[in-house]
Amino acid sequence: MSLTLSQPGAASPVAAALADASRDDASLRRFLHGLPGVDQVGAEARAAALATRSIKTTSKAWAIDMAIRMVDLTTLEGSDTPGRVRSLCGKAVRPDPSDASAPAVAAVCVYPDMVPVAVQALRGSAVQVASVATAFPSGRASLATKLVDVAEAVAAGAAEIDMVIDRGAFLAGHYLKVFEEIVAVKAACGSAHLKVILETGELVTLDSVRRASWLALLAGGDFIKTSTGKVSPAATPPVALVMLQAVRDFAARTGQVRGVKLAGGIRTTKEAVRYLVMVNEVAGQPWLDPRTFRFGASSLLNDLLLQRHKLSTGAYDGPDYVSID
Amino acid sequence: MPTTEPPADMPQPAALRTGRTDVTAFEYAPAPESRAIARLKPSYGIYVDGEFRDGRGEAVKTINPATEEPLAEIAEANEADVADAVAAARRAYEGSWSRMPGAERAKYLFRIARAIQERGRELAVLESLDNGKPIKESRDVDIPNAAAHFFYYAGWADKLGYAGFGPNPRPVGVAGQIIPWNFPLLMAAWKIAPALATGNTVVLKPAETTPLTALTLAEIIAECDLPPGVVNVLAGGPSVGQALVEQPGVDKLAFTGSTAVGKQLQRSVAVSGKRLSLELGGKAANIVFDDAAIDQAVEGIVTGIFFNQGHVCCAGSRLLVQESVHDEVVAALQERLQTLRLGDPLDKNTDIGAINSAAQLARVRELADVGEAEGATRWSPACALPDRGFWFPPTVFTGASQASRIAQEEIFGPVLTVLTFRTPQEAVDKANNTPYGLSAGIWTEKGSRILWMANRLRAGVVWANTFNRFDPTSPFGGYTESGFGREGGRHGLAAYLESEA
Amino acid sequence: MPSKPAAQPAPSPRLAVRKTYKLYIGGAFPRSESGRSYPVSDPTGHLLAHAAQASRKDVRDAVTAARKAFPGWSGATAYNRGQVLYRIAEMLEGRREQFAAEIMAAEGVKPAEAAAQVDAAIDRWVWYAGWSDKYAQVVGGANPVAGPYFNFSLPEPSGVVAIIAPQESSLLGFVSVVAPALTTGNTVVALASADRPLPAVSLTEALATSDLPAGVLNLLTGSPEELAPWLASHRDVNCLDLTGIAPADRVPLAQAAADNVKRVLAPAALDLTADPGMSRLAAFVETKTVWHPLGV
Repeated sequence: MSLTLSQPGAASPVAAALADASRDDASLRRFLHGLPGVDQVGAEARAAALATRSIKTTSKAWAIDMAIRMVDLTTLEGSDTPGRVRSLCGKAVRPDPSDASAPAVAAVCVYPDMVPVAVQALRGSAVQVASVATAFPSGRASLATKLVDVAEAVAAGAAEIDMVIDRGAFLAGHYLKVFEEIVAVKAACGSAHLKVILETGELVTLDSVRRASWLALLAGGDFIKTSTGKVSPAATPPVALVMLQAVRDFAARTGQVRGVKLAGGIRTTKEAVRYLVMVNEVAGQPWLDPRTFRFGASSLLNDLLLQRHKLSTGAYDGPDYVSID
Repeated sequence: MPTTEPPADMPQPAALRTGRTDVTAFEYAPAPESRAIARLKPSYGIYVDGEFRDGRGEAVKTINPATEEPLAEIAEANEADVADAVAAARRAYEGSWSRMPGAERAKYLFRIARAIQERGRELAVLESLDNGKPIKESRDVDIPNAAAHFFYYAGWADKLGYAGFGPNPRPVGVAGQIIPWNFPLLMAAWKIAPALATGNTVVLKPAETTPLTALTLAEIIAECDLPPGVVNVLAGGPSVGQALVEQPGVDKLAFTGSTAVGKQLQRSVAVSGKRLSLELGGKAANIVFDDAAIDQAVEGIVTGIFFNQGHVCCAGSRLLVQESVHDEVVAALQERLQTLRLGDPLDKNTDIGAINSAAQLARVRELADVGEAEGATRWSPACALPDRGFWFPPTVFTGASQASRIAQEEIFGPVLTVLTFRTPQEAVDKANNTPYGLSAGIWTEKGSRILWMANRLRAGVVWANTFNRFDPTSPFGGYTESGFGREGGRHGLAAYLESEA
Repeated sequence: MPSKPAAQPAPSPRLAVRKTYKLYIGGAFPRSESGRSYPVSDPTGHLLAHAAQASRKDVRDAVTAARKAFPGWSGATAYNRGQVLYRIAEMLEGRREQFAAEIMAAEGVKPAEAAAQVDAAIDRWVWYAGWSDKYAQVVGGANPVAGPYFNFSLPEPSGVVAIIAPQESSLLGFVSVVAPALTTGNTVVALASADRPLPAVSLTEALATSDLPAGVLNLLTGSPEELAPWLASHRDVNCLDLTGIAPADRVPLAQAAADNVKRVLAPAALDLTADPGMSRLAAFVETKTVWHPLGV
């Protein structure tokens, strides 16, 4: 079967065979609990085995550039100002002042009230504006409030919305409530594409990560995302493994390629390359693409640039040779 | 280069779930481990009575099975050398070793363990060159486990009174030990460590095609200042093994290898009265239920039969899958096999290395051809085989029957035979329907079923929701024609101690 | 005739850098929070050094450090614990001369006897290191219950063990009480011999160069009369070893320990030459027994 990239803004289609699963809470529970279990030790062992791949020279250079192109350069602090956001956007478009061949990142990710600043600063570039929304990071607010949050971000020009699921509802087993919120947020996104943050550190078990992934995909999320970055642990290799398997299996069932974003705690090139190896061997070619795979990160970009310098000059580099954003 | 695409007229495999192939834009550049680290010498002799010297038998070349190039010349032992080694072991036993306090023996073994750790990388490269296995496996499995085995048994040497064999158990004497080519250094460790810990002395014969790490272990043993004759390492083929078996001065034999040869040894000791332990072949069933954690089960199947190119006595060479999920599991397995990388054992990204010898390759090919002739469906992922060396692609047979030869005979290569079952009892019956009984795998999320199955499977090692896990504390060995005796754990001391009666 | 050159003055002997003997808590070497120290002399009364005189707050801090280290140490594989303990033996072996000199000074024994004590201490440490991945096999196992259940029993470490080390044997005695608690996965707060603490302090210096995680072993020096009651009554201490307290003085401590049902070890006499046996391994473990049905 051919695989089609799900287009942002398309009505969230669910394969006919799967539509039944979300008919009501009981059906959704049966579906999610009927998914195969994840053996934690086995999943961790597979993730660790993939980490022993040795990526050198040309393949390392390819991976570094691909990773840069997959970065959602992020600032989500209470202290963010227009100046801060503008500076970050400059770096997003041209990460390395000393090397024009370094590619631009995929997107800049900010809070909704900073979206206008980012839109202005990124005008004319291919870098997308992504906004968190839905009472990020906790998600503890009424649905009405969350939808206004989304609408404002979209109206301000965000092309991508990163929402958080209601983890409390998920952990209490109210799957349909979580589902319907995602559906409502997706509708409010209009033509913006939707990333659904599962906050895997709060879900804890890999079985829950699998179920939450499927729930978000069934509800129409364009991307499933690990974390807000405000809770530890955030992205980890076994979690990434389970999420990549989820989008792989979803694509096999529906023909649709949905994306995965790993966010939080990814600071080094070594980690980013390991994740790309995992994408390569677990999910495959359709996900080696910024349209279907992202790293939500801030300090990772500089480490990627330092490693890029080392590959091109042959010498180890230092922090004075990359810009602070 | 020859490839292994199945010919167009073969039945097609189950549709791959996502249509993926192993080719993506992310290609891994060669990541070769340095060969020089192995510090290969042009020639190796034998180690007898604390001295390295040329054996007086044949001089043969040991080759790299990945390239067929010669690695070194080995001056093999002859019958006189075997007699010398046994005599040296006897002198050492009666002289210093059996009188030495356990705490001192322990410290020798701790030294050996540490030295193996220190020289781990060198030993791993040497092992991959001589055996053909991927460096990733020799580095991450063979060598660390060998060190751990010495470390574990070191700690028993001064605690034998607590091991459950009586307050003052005595060693047996001189142990003759014959090991196979599939895990050369690890098998040497499994043999030497418990023997020494219990106060015995040793004459070890490594396999003819893989002598190098055992002889380097001999160097390590010499550097650790073990008294001469405590450990002797020979080199040579079946005739040297036969000479060792027949030496009157050997009190106990330990053999790991094929069931056929194991039976010969058993016939021999029926006459000679020597103590014997055997670790022989297997045809293990890896049993997957409909409620298995399928992604991890697939990993377990892959590691079960393709780890070490399937050259594993406890390999999960039969996949027994519940019929209701057969297609799903086979499709997932075939998709997973697309990402296996076959090639240069010294490349750190290689998953599947070379078959150890031309003879073994011929046997694997022969049995695979038998499988096809018997009507099973043969499938391999697309796989470029290097044009020199001994290579066989990972191969899966579906549509086989319990009666087919590929379901009954040990192939000892990267060939998986898939069978089905309907109920747990049927799975047990089919798993046990073999003269072998070394290992088994169970994949289900239901705990009571794991334990119910484990209770009924006639296998010395049962892996539940995992496979091919080894640990020096964990006893390993078979039922029935997979041999008798256990290696590892407290139980592993038994073979090397006098019985209390 | 030229006159003889003036005689050169004899070179003065090199001045030694004297060691400061501190506590060992949480992997660091602090002085007592009380700022106190006390003089340590050899059996003839000659001053050797001052040792830190720990206070109840140091006891408190040491127990906190030991508790913090417990999950990591007890959760490590037995193999890993064995490796770490063996490495400590490697570090001790490197300091044999130093320990022998300190024992000679502390106990007033001849060089040969001091050397023999060091060797015995190191060998005993190695002996205990080797128990780490074997003890469970000797005392644990499957129990053949009369029903369709799989049932097995396993030893688990009790937690934080407070140990008052022997007063006489400054190194071998110390090792004999501390090593068994560590190898089964417990973390330890030890109080060294009051009059002969220095070899134990040097042992902790060796620990700092080993791979022993911070807080797994903590050492206090000072007055047992002052400190033992605080260890005995501390509710986050799980076990109490009274080996270094004279039998006549043990009762109030054992009674205080009853407040949170500590496991108390009050052995009759410590024979350091005999095979240690398994009793000290058994003293500070709990047995967990697990049942699971067998059924399809």
